[in-house]
Amino acid sequence: MIDWGWVGDHLGAILGRTVQHLELAAIAVAVGFAISFGLGLLAISYRRTYPLFSGIAGILYTIPSLAVFAALVSVTGLSIYTAEIPLIAYTLVILVRSIVAGFDSVPRDVLEAADGMGYNRRERFRRIVLPLSVPLMVAGLRLASVSSIGLVTISATLGASFGGLGFFIFEGYHREFPTEILVGAVPSIVLAIVVDIAFVRVQRRLTPWAQEQEVRRDTWEGLPSGPSVGF
Amino acid sequence: MIDWLLDPVHWSGSDGIPIRLFEQVAISGASLLIAALVALPVGLWIGHTGRAANLAINIANIGRAIPSLAAIGIIAPITQAFDPELGFKVYPTLFAMVILAIPPILVNAYAGVSGVDRELVEAARGMGFRERQILARIEAPIALPVIAGGLRSATVQVIATATLGALFGFGGLGRYLVDGVAQNDDGQIFGGVFLVAALALLAEGGFALLQRVLTSPGLRLAQSSAETPSA
Amino acid sequence: MARTLEWRTRTGVDTDHGRAATVEFDHVSKVYGPVSARARRAGSPPAPGAVNDLSLAIPAGAICVLVGPSGCGKTTSLKMVNRLIEPTSGRILLGGIDAATRELTDLRRGIGYVIQQTGLFPHQTIVENVGTVPRLLGWPAARIKERSEELLGLVGLDPAKYAGRFPSQLSGGERQRVGVARALAADPPIMLMDEPFGAVDPIVRERLQDEFLRLQEDIAKTILFVTHDIDEAIKMGDLVAVFQQGGRVAQFGTPTELLASPASDFVARFVGADRGLKRLSLSRVRDISLQPAVIGRLGEPAGEARRRALADPLPYLLLVDGLERPVGWLRDIEIDGDGVLTEAMAIPMSPLLSPETTLKDALSMMLDADVHTGIVVDRTGRVSGLVTTESIGGFLRETAVGATPAPEQDAP
Ligand SMILES: Nc1ncnc2c1ncn2[C@@H]1O[C@H](COP(=O)(O)OP(=O)(O)O)[C@@H](O)[C@H]1O
Ligand SMILES: [Mg+2]
Repeated sequence: MIDWGWVGDHLGAILGRTVQHLELAAIAVAVGFAISFGLGLLAISYRRTYPLFSGIAGILYTIPSLAVFAALVSVTGLSIYTAEIPLIAYTLVILVRSIVAGFDSVPRDVLEAADGMGYNRRERFRRIVLPLSVPLMVAGLRLASVSSIGLVTISATLGASFGGLGFFIFEGYHREFPTEILVGAVPSIVLAIVVDIAFVRVQRRLTPWAQEQEVRRDTWEGLPSGPSVGF
Repeated sequence: MIDWLLDPVHWSGSDGIPIRLFEQVAISGASLLIAALVALPVGLWIGHTGRAANLAINIANIGRAIPSLAAIGIIAPITQAFDPELGFKVYPTLFAMVILAIPPILVNAYAGVSGVDRELVEAARGMGFRERQILARIEAPIALPVIAGGLRSATVQVIATATLGALFGFGGLGRYLVDGVAQNDDGQIFGGVFLVAALALLAEGGFALLQRVLTSPGLRLAQSSAETPSA
Repeated sequence: MARTLEWRTRTGVDTDHGRAATVEFDHVSKVYGPVSARARRAGSPPAPGAVNDLSLAIPAGAICVLVGPSGCGKTTSLKMVNRLIEPTSGRILLGGIDAATRELTDLRRGIGYVIQQTGLFPHQTIVENVGTVPRLLGWPAARIKERSEELLGLVGLDPAKYAGRFPSQLSGGERQRVGVARALAADPPIMLMDEPFGAVDPIVRERLQDEFLRLQEDIAKTILFVTHDIDEAIKMGDLVAVFQQGGRVAQFGTPTELLASPASDFVARFVGADRGLKRLSLSRVRDISLQPAVIGRLGEPAGEARRRALADPLPYLLLVDGLERPVGWLRDIEIDGDGVLTEAMAIPMSPLLSPETTLKDALSMMLDADVHTGIVVDRTGRVSGLVTTESIGGFLRETAVGATPAPEQDAP
């Protein structure tokens, strides 16, 4: 069923697509995190903006990624922005929530103790709030990374210059060549799982006091009923 | 987009909006039903017993990481071998959506049930409830909001993501996105986006309503009094 | 072997309102399962038995309090009765029948169970909560409702007001009452209560304790009551088992025995250095012999009264009115021999005590007053005698059996 000869002939291309896949996802997560951090700060400074943002994010999540990629072509043409803007937008939805949840997870009495010891607001944020919100931020990064890896495959609908491993899935489909579909599908699944597991490791490192169960749970409870990416 | 939506031509025929809407609802409903039949009993049971919880949650998390497009790509060659017609157009999307829907349903069922106060469960056991009765009469009703949250999240994800099926020959609302891109017809793309988002938000609203109706008033009161502790 | 004291051990008794059954621990031990790999790595030592060779016989209709420091195995012992925890060895006999031979849910439905956090079901109304066990037992709906409302009334909650509420709409004390009502619903012969009043404030706790004792006079269940509070143990228990680490009984007896003659240093320390005072709270004025008072009546010739008073060792004369109700004290040497006794001559009154006053309260009131003597009056207010600090001290000395700690009696 699998044409190993084809696989052997295309090892270089597979490697190249894997690198592209990771690049597209990494850029999205990095830029998304930077923006989300700013938005998170905004949200905790101006509480009223947060429900508005949540609402918009909720609606964004119901829009199929397929459509977002397509719609952007008429705006940005076929450039790196066409692929990255939707990828970044979807990471925002996850990351802002987890960053705000992280800031909010600091217990009130801890904040009070910090105030009582004479921290000013900047110091308190840097030395208390930030370190304590790291676990939830990492949980958000995990979800954002995994979903970005999934979304990158869909950017293959934009054409041969995008899509990472997703490119093979589409080309294989159009050529009715199962080997090529699998060459795209299997590594992209492996990639997502490896990244997911890597993040679990990081989470455990960062919160040695948490039970295994908690590590698994808050990943999900960051977004308990929120809709999720159509990846 | 509005013109496209209002054009009566698009509301009739075998590729008219009612048919596509029906296909979308059917595939979403079927995959959610299958996912719920698998994930709910498993999630409730591991939540109740705590047995095999690690294994089940880790499997669910891996399922969460699998890109749907890759899942469709892997399943298609296999199901096609059994049934050239449905195995190509329907089953891949169906299975991929089942894989997408299982994790949130399972994890929320698990988290909801295992989150029920163990003292409460032991009180019930001490009074002579059988294990099944504890699950059915105590744990499930108390965990209901969380369980419904998982179903709600799964539903929105599936409705938005099932559009990917159109890339592999399935119908549904995704057809408008894929065909709109192919025909460079923005009206059709945005019309499709509108229909998908409307369907997803409708489902979400329906779930929110259901959640309210099914949640015992005692739990709602407990929640509000937990926020403002009374004497 | 456990002692049964003055209680006759019978396998079951019927009271006016329900049934009660004996509970007997027969060489019961519990060792918790093998330590998990994770805990072993964390370096915790292998668990010794949580309960070791516990033997205890509790007569039907008694409140037996299990008291001891935290972690000594009280809860474990309690939960072995309704088999939430299975004993590693030994037997527990309920009404003479081995609990291990009974069908599990059937056994549990016949035992009332009250825990500290009440375990009320938050998604059910109060009346539904109370009707839980009857519903499990398949009673008809009308009877469940009737019984639930009856029980709410019994624990002092107006059904009309509370039946439809949810647990979150109740105060802590009200929730505990519902917890007790729920445990009583199917009229079980045995009740298990694990720190039932531990989560409420001291004032509410005291009221709940009093109400529960009154309730128990009617229902006369066999009650196993766990607490870590020695005062609660002494107040609630007909019998008290003092536990020591590892579920070993350091002493089993009535509260009075425990306070009067602690069986070991451990028990003496646990009941506290103020155990003499604690004993005073168990006895009442009627329990001690009263001293006669030298009495002078209003209007009586003063010279005669002075002579009587000087003849008595107590340097005071108690002035009473025509109905023999106390008016005040007169110091014997200060009584002017001329004229008659008048109210104006009296110095302030001592506290008035009733036969029901506890000796602890009596002592406290006497220490507050000028004269270290309490006047005991009967229901009509007539003087029946005096209590002095000396007579209370004498009472304590008389009832202390063996003032030095005896060797442990119940531990193997
Ligand atoms: N489920 C359990 N597994 C292992 N050890 C336990 C368990 N429950 C209680 N223990 C241990 O058994 C001992 C007695 O506990 P417990 O009966 O709860 O004490 P108490 O109610 O007197 O405070 C303690 O040392 C406790 O750590
Ligand atoms: Mg305990």
